[in-house]
Amino acid sequence: MSIVEFRKVTKTFGPVVVLREVDLNIDAGEVVVLIGPSGSGKSTLLRCINALEEINGGDLVVDDISVRSGRSKVRLIRQEAGMVFQQFNLFPQMTALQNVAFGPQRVRGVAKAEAIEQAKALLAKVGLAERGHHYPSELSGGQQQRVAIARALAVKPKLMLFDEPTSALDPELRHEVLRVMRSLAEEGMTMIVVTHEMAFARQVGTRLIFMEDGKISVDGNPAELLANTTNPRLKEFLQHVH
Amino acid sequence: MEFDWSVIADAMPALLSGARLTILITVAGLVGGLIVGFVAGLMRAYGNAIVNGIAFAYVELIRGTPIVVQVMFIYFALPVLADIRVNPMTAAVVSIIVNAGAYIAEIVRGSFLSVHKGLKEAGLALGLPMWKVLVYIIGPVAFRRMIPPLGNQFIVSLKDTSLFIVIGVGELTRQGQEIMAANFRAVEIWSAVAILYLLMTGTLTLILRVTEKRMRIL
Repeated sequence: MSIVEFRKVTKTFGPVVVLREVDLNIDAGEVVVLIGPSGSGKSTLLRCINALEEINGGDLVVDDISVRSGRSKVRLIRQEAGMVFQQFNLFPQMTALQNVAFGPQRVRGVAKAEAIEQAKALLAKVGLAERGHHYPSELSGGQQQRVAIARALAVKPKLMLFDEPTSALDPELRHEVLRVMRSLAEEGMTMIVVTHEMAFARQVGTRLIFMEDGKISVDGNPAELLANTTNPRLKEFLQHVH
Repeated sequence: MEFDWSVIADAMPALLSGARLTILITVAGLVGGLIVGFVAGLMRAYGNAIVNGIAFAYVELIRGTPIVVQVMFIYFALPVLADIRVNPMTAAVVSIIVNAGAYIAEIVRGSFLSVHKGLKEAGLALGLPMWKVLVYIIGPVAFRRMIPPLGNQFIVSLKDTSLFIVIGVGELTRQGQEIMAANFRAVEIWSAVAILYLLMTGTLTLILRVTEKRMRIL
């Protein structure tokens, strides 16, 4: 059963068409890796799923709720679709632990003590049990991004959206974030990942989507596509990212 | 000329009661000004075109006219125009509320909008309604950034109370003026008045510095 369903979705920014009647179904348990040249619409496509961008045409149904069904319904979608940003976007006035405990308390109405306990467990899961009392400014980029993943998981979402989660990180810090993402995939989390990490796509992805000019031009098995694609533009793109 | 300390000693009770009134007007005016400023500032930052337009008109009207004119309008023109009669003290407090509110609105707007939009998105992405994002995420970060410009405005408003001499409020400057008119000891009286203002603004600066230190400025 589809957890995300794009039906002829169009998105424009003023005169610029970013998504052109995109059709896409994503099932629970899939790990979809979205790639494409800059400006191809991959980040926008991701941000439409949790309605950070409003779609202009077609319909987009997430966990049986349309993104066009009003503000309170959109909040339900967002509770089920956790998001991890390129720039981490941790709340700077809160410690790592408070960042993770915040969502359950303010979104789900979980009691503080319970939220803190759960946050500790999540920080341990992303390998940061010892860093709970640190503020984001005291953490490395890789650590901040792992806190951000824990923060998104704390609301117990059904799927996770990753918007270039490693692009702002130094190469030596990327693996720690990718390792957390990999273990999340192994637990069966539905994931949609915009990234340039081809090794991650090959090893963890169950599906690779190549976007061009607001459209999905290639959609298939990552290992096969990365080994020998017939699409000339995907071939060219892959040469550039390697 | 001989500096006569006894003049200051004699004047002190009256000057201190004036200073007390100055503090009262300032505190009451700024509490109200903060409320008005937050509302108008958030209307400017997050309101639709109409809401934004109303707040913009208010800010421009107040920033574009001198506070002396504003208090004279409230005290002398309102009774004629709308049959609203207020005592000098009320007119003074309302003037500070209205005047400081306009400047604080711009401080609030600027601070909220200066917060990186990624924080708003992160809050919304968790499934929070916008008001909770403002209260729990953007507000605390913005508030820390507001402290230095708010400190400026507090000091300006405190000193602006001296202009209420024009409607006969017995605040510090008025008290100094009245004593001076009786004994012509300009040097002693205005020195004492100046030092009392410095003590008040100095205390305010100290409070702000402590607040700023206690909060992590982000």
